[in-house]
Amino acid sequence: MNGPQDLGGQMGFGPVAPDPDEPLFHAPWEPRVLGMTVAAASLGHWTLDESRHARESLPPADYLRWPYYRIWFEALLVLLARHGEVSPSEAASAQVERPGRRPERRLEASRVASVLARGGPTERSLDAPARFAAGDTVRAVNMHPEGHTRLPRYVRGRIGRVEAVRAPHVLPDANAHGGGEAPEWLYTVVFSGQELWGAETDPGLSVAVDAWERYLEPA
Amino acid sequence: MHDLSDDDTETMTARVRALETVLVEKGLVDPAAIDEIIATYSERVGPKLGAGVVARAWTEPDFASRLAADATAAVAEMGISGRQGEHLNAVFNTGTRHNLVVCTLCSCYPWSVLGLPPTWYKSPPYRARAVRDPRGVLAEFGLSVAPETEIRVWDSTAELRYLVIPERPEGTEGWSAEALAACVSRDAMIGTALAVRP
Repeated sequence: MNGPQDLGGQMGFGPVAPDPDEPLFHAPWEPRVLGMTVAAASLGHWTLDESRHARESLPPADYLRWPYYRIWFEALLVLLARHGEVSPSEAASAQVERPGRRPERRLEASRVASVLARGGPTERSLDAPARFAAGDTVRAVNMHPEGHTRLPRYVRGRIGRVEAVRAPHVLPDANAHGGGEAPEWLYTVVFSGQELWGAETDPGLSVAVDAWERYLEPA
Repeated sequence: MHDLSDDDTETMTARVRALETVLVEKGLVDPAAIDEIIATYSERVGPKLGAGVVARAWTEPDFASRLAADATAAVAEMGISGRQGEHLNAVFNTGTRHNLVVCTLCSCYPWSVLGLPPTWYKSPPYRARAVRDPRGVLAEFGLSVAPETEIRVWDSTAELRYLVIPERPEGTEGWSAEALAACVSRDAMIGTALAVRP
């Protein structure tokens, strides 16, 4: 979706302002949100892609204003309500009104280390051969889906070169919306800065994006 | 732009506590699991792991080759694996190319080797500008890359995660891997800094 998350190339946000002494967390509630978000994902109600879509679907002005763990928290509330685990009134009142649906899937502390070490690989096998090869010239398709996608606006319609054929990976566009994993070949495609941003751009700039097969067409 | 007022902090503290209370009472979340997740990324998984990978790449050419070919497998040799590092790629700075990593669409970051990302990495100013004006962004980090050096920006749009392997600082010949790792900051592995002698 063309939401607030798609930030590449936007202007007006000011300097980056890195803080060399930045703490890992800025308030005690932030690590609790991190932990709840990771732990609640183990219930298996939603995919990583659905959780990303919940974040980018938050009101745009809020998304741009909130600290990142606030974005995670608000999206977690959306996901828990959508999947019938915690209603808005329960979250607001801290009073349980209905039992949880999947307590049997609770992530036990003793399993955290192995679950984090395993992660969630998205590589899959696929019988279909890759449509493109390294060195091919391709165009990123011009599309504006209202659902989740990982093709940033700033490359749509632009011509690039396939630098690497990676592997088949779970397709976020489907997997965010209950459409299954629908794996497709993933490619690393390199665009020149001038192709993306115009002739005045630094000729020494190139940008690589990882693009699923449906994001590309021959050029 | 992301400073919280005291009111916000109080409100968020109460809201987050309320949700945790409900999740725990419903048996959906184990509070000890939350503690364990926090401890993992506060104490065990952080940029020291990545710095160890870089130092080994500098001192063992065979390891550097394996890292370039399949970083996920190479770091697994060192016992490193996991969430947000399932498909790792190492990109090497050279005399002619400087690499910079961003996630314009959210906050994708190689947790398995760097831990949790800093706030600026997740914030609009960096995500918006890194792909369009990386030299301007690097200048804000106090880093000036020679005009003739190419800049390659890696936008982490899929589940591949990118680790920058900075160039080894001059004057470190014969240093131990441990001493070399101390030259490698988190930012050097994102691409917003160079490796330097401490």
